[in-house]
Amino acid sequence: MSTLLEVDGISVTFDGFRAINNLSLSIGEPELRAVIGPNGAGKTTFMDIVTGKTRPDSGRVLWGERSVDLVRMSESQIANAGVGRKFQKPTVFEAQSVRSNLSMALKNKRGPLSVLRWSPTPDDEGRIQALAEEIGLSARLGHRAGDLSHGQKQWLEIGMLLAQDPRLLLVDEPAAGMTPAEREHTTDLLKRAARTRAVMVIEHDMEFIRRLDCRVTVLHEGTVLAEGSLDHVTKNQQVIDVYLGR
Amino acid sequence: MVLTTTDTTARPPRKSLLRENPSVLWFMGLLGLFTLIVSLLSEATGIGVISTSLVKILGMTLCLCLVALAMDVVWGYCGILSLGHFAFFGLGGYAIGMSLMYARTEIVVRDNLARGTIPPTETEVLDAVAAQIFGVVGSSELPLIWSFANSLPLQLAMVVLVPGLLALVFGWLAFRSRVTGVYLSILTQAMTLALSLYLFQNDTGLRGNNGLSGLQNIPGFLDVPQSVISMWFFWASALALGLGYLACAWVVSGKFGAVIQAIRDNEARVRFLGYNVEGYKLFVFTLTAVISGIAGALYYPQAGIINPAEVAPIASIYLAVWVAIGGRGRLYGAVIGAAAVSLLSSWLTGGGAPNIDLGFYRIVWTDWWLVLLGLGFVAVTLFFPKGIGGLFDYLVRKQS
Repeated sequence: MSTLLEVDGISVTFDGFRAINNLSLSIGEPELRAVIGPNGAGKTTFMDIVTGKTRPDSGRVLWGERSVDLVRMSESQIANAGVGRKFQKPTVFEAQSVRSNLSMALKNKRGPLSVLRWSPTPDDEGRIQALAEEIGLSARLGHRAGDLSHGQKQWLEIGMLLAQDPRLLLVDEPAAGMTPAEREHTTDLLKRAARTRAVMVIEHDMEFIRRLDCRVTVLHEGTVLAEGSLDHVTKNQQVIDVYLGR
Repeated sequence: MVLTTTDTTARPPRKSLLRENPSVLWFMGLLGLFTLIVSLLSEATGIGVISTSLVKILGMTLCLCLVALAMDVVWGYCGILSLGHFAFFGLGGYAIGMSLMYARTEIVVRDNLARGTIPPTETEVLDAVAAQIFGVVGSSELPLIWSFANSLPLQLAMVVLVPGLLALVFGWLAFRSRVTGVYLSILTQAMTLALSLYLFQNDTGLRGNNGLSGLQNIPGFLDVPQSVISMWFFWASALALGLGYLACAWVVSGKFGAVIQAIRDNEARVRFLGYNVEGYKLFVFTLTAVISGIAGALYYPQAGIINPAEVAPIASIYLAVWVAIGGRGRLYGAVIGAAAVSLLSSWLTGGGAPNIDLGFYRIVWTDWWLVLLGLGFVAVTLFFPKGIGGLFDYLVRKQS
């Protein structure tokens, strides 16, 4: 397991509020990692920084074998480098078909001119079918994404994430609004993805994290409070204090 | 390397265009039929029921439909409410107008000078042309921007290059700073206003508020009657609209269309998919500006005159109103909106519609047209958000 992403001493302040405070953590490839923490711990801000949505005031986000600094890159460049993100609220393109959503996410050239000339190769079509199969939407490829149920939209977004074929998946509360059966399916899928990639999951649901059975990082007030197995961190007195509110 | 080239050539061409846009065939058929009917009824090529001036109005309407198509692509599909596309239309008109006016003036001047005993030198001709064109703004020198006016091919290139480059530079600055939504609309409107104020000045080199005139006289064909020339322009406009429709349908379908509509609906999300949103916006903005310029270049020789008032911000706002009334996000909607509203407008304000005497009040349509348009716009926004084009959805659903 080699280090894929190394976050090195990042800080960010919003209107005097220190959302991230000298945060350092790293994730290897392949690895499955859960990030937990109380509200306002900086979990989502952390993802915003890695994906280029928010620029940190200081610190570096080093990526890949050549340790390029993601802080200097735009959102689309970071995505093309291999960072995929799933949002807390499912954000799919509701006016378009499930197929169109997937085909946009499919790993292909992203420039306007290549996209203008693009037509699906049998290989692309095969990937779309396989992804639809995986996320249980084979029968709904032609439907508008807006007509899907909440859970199905979550699935579609996970499918789009997989279609991008990223090296690092950042997944924000994937199980929100899912039925127990769907949660189980999600856990399987994330674990399978983590065999070949780095997967970082933000989650509140302890049961879900227990099922992921992976290393856990606890964030609190924008910095790492504890790291280790779930049993290890839940025995940590500081973590107990933070979660139980002292 | 070899592998990649064979890979791209092995790809089947995009055949989904017609399947994705069944409206393309319908549109082409109706446009062809319309062109045929007008040709058969015109004075020059038919039985003469349609007057030359009506042919010109219809030809100009086709050009307005083309610029509305461009507006629909940039606004209805890509979500950029540009209030500047009529400025690009006007620039196309100015570009072609310079060439037409220069060439015709040169012919007139040469005729005049030829009556003298000594044949004129080229400098004399040039000075006389400049004096003829710019006498009206108190100048007798040909400004630098007229350098290419003596060459039709170069000036035709300007029809595409001037709106294209302006859109490219403006768009690059605006999109790079991530200006979006209403702020971007205001910015485009400011650009339009600045351009029209600039053109209003006499020393801009485009004859100030006099504009360019006599554009209906095509040099080289001065002895061809207007009834024939109007048909040529009518056909050219119909051809341009047909090709423009095909081009726009191609752009808004397939994956490119999916990406620009995704940008319209949630551009931040598109960035996280790895698409360079700014590049796409710039591409669409510039492409539609070029289409607008071409439409303008076909429109103004039929109108005969172009002046800075044509470029004023209100024209670009009308353009947005046409597209909204016709139904944005569908190409035929833009065409319907532009044709219906602009024809109705010229009928009501051109004295074609009889005024209505209510006894206590006389409805004069030239005064009331804008009120009618405003009410129509409000009604469409409130009751038919999909515009007139939305009615087709209703019909199609009823059928199936």
